[in-house]
Amino acid sequence: MVQRLDYLKESPSQTAGPYVHIGCTPNFTGIDIYGGDLGTKMKTGPVKGQEIVIKGTVFDGTGTPLRDAMIEIWQPDAAGLFPSLNETRGKADPNFTGWGRSPGDMETGEFSFDTVKPGAVPMPDGRMQAPHVTAWIVARGINIGLHTRIYFEDEAEANSADPLLSGIEHQNRVPTLLARKEADGVYRFDIHLQGPNETIFFDI
Amino acid sequence: MTETRTPNLGGFVPRDRSWHPDALTPPYKTSVKRSPQAALLSFPTTLSEETSPMFGHGMIGALDNDLIHNYAQSGQSAIGPRIIVHGRVLDEMGRPVPGALLEFWQANAGGRYRHKKEKYQAALDPNFGGCGRTITGNDGAYEFRTVMPGPYPWPNGMNDWRPAHIHFSVFGHGFAQRLITQMYFEGDPLIPLCPIVGVLKSQEAIDQLTALLDMHRTVPMDARAYKFDIVLRGRRQTYFENRAEGL
Repeated sequence: MVQRLDYLKESPSQTAGPYVHIGCTPNFTGIDIYGGDLGTKMKTGPVKGQEIVIKGTVFDGTGTPLRDAMIEIWQPDAAGLFPSLNETRGKADPNFTGWGRSPGDMETGEFSFDTVKPGAVPMPDGRMQAPHVTAWIVARGINIGLHTRIYFEDEAEANSADPLLSGIEHQNRVPTLLARKEADGVYRFDIHLQGPNETIFFDI
Repeated sequence: MTETRTPNLGGFVPRDRSWHPDALTPPYKTSVKRSPQAALLSFPTTLSEETSPMFGHGMIGALDNDLIHNYAQSGQSAIGPRIIVHGRVLDEMGRPVPGALLEFWQANAGGRYRHKKEKYQAALDPNFGGCGRTITGNDGAYEFRTVMPGPYPWPNGMNDWRPAHIHFSVFGHGFAQRLITQMYFEGDPLIPLCPIVGVLKSQEAIDQLTALLDMHRTVPMDARAYKFDIVLRGRRQTYFENRAEGL
């Protein structure tokens, strides 16, 4: 018999359920156990670059806001460097964590991140990508967490040259990946799980 | 310590979507209006997915991995059968994943969650919060202490009950590894009846999420133990001209 490829299988995903906030944002649910929730502050001091707020709401296929979702974002600093051990290109802004976690508001479902406009990051082949934020959405009824990206509508030039955005077959869906400028430094990124405006989700 | 481990570079191998649940699983009713309908967009991982936040052991409090005591009044402890849950976090290549943050949450021994939207009539335990966290060691190992969660009813079908389970949220070394899953307990008769377990596509997948009673780690007159290993996405190794990464 030939040798077997004895790789392990990834643990299969299961829904985060309705009470993901007990585990991931306990203070938000009134369980004061760690002295604060992780991911609520992305800045630990003065940061370089443009400070922005990204907010939005997750909608289901009927247009109803999800009030039990959790959204996480991960992004580089204003210079395009990640505050990660895996970052070997330089030292990222020490006052920026790059990681944010937000529960939807229990009444409106709105999430919000107080962050900085990310710098550009290269693809593995060296081509530059347009500035973007990586986002991950979990909630009751979502069997496996959904990955997407938040690009910025006011980065038209970079967006049109972006290898990923320009390669999307259905160009009419690209706007679902663009955060709209709502005010100076305030962007809105609504996420639609289904329907004509369904957000593009990634298999990465 | 997380801070001293070597950086991991290289792209992640594709996620085996046929092994994971589908997005649309009508017997689990909430999935019907919350499942994307368009095909997912596939592309190889970039730095955005290959990097991830770091969590140091310094952020972990002494009782964070002891759910029996982390919410209890002084001198009190949570009510219920005491258990130890332990295991390792590995990647698909079988390599340990050190410095991985695990967060876990669960119902109390009666099956009730500490949440204002919880409608089950079982009693709240004043000494049980229901959440904990820990970070894996250099060998990828973790453990925590808790009480056995109770099964509970939930509004899906007319009379659906969830088997006893613990939810896990796992950070690896790249954001592409981000995972939320659940651990079930060997021998629970509710496992084959549950629509959420039912989204898993094979008995092997269910078995991978079912922890075995581990008498080797059971502490006499204190706590039974269950062993639960977690596997995260695997990463290819990238050869650099100035350095043989991982070789």
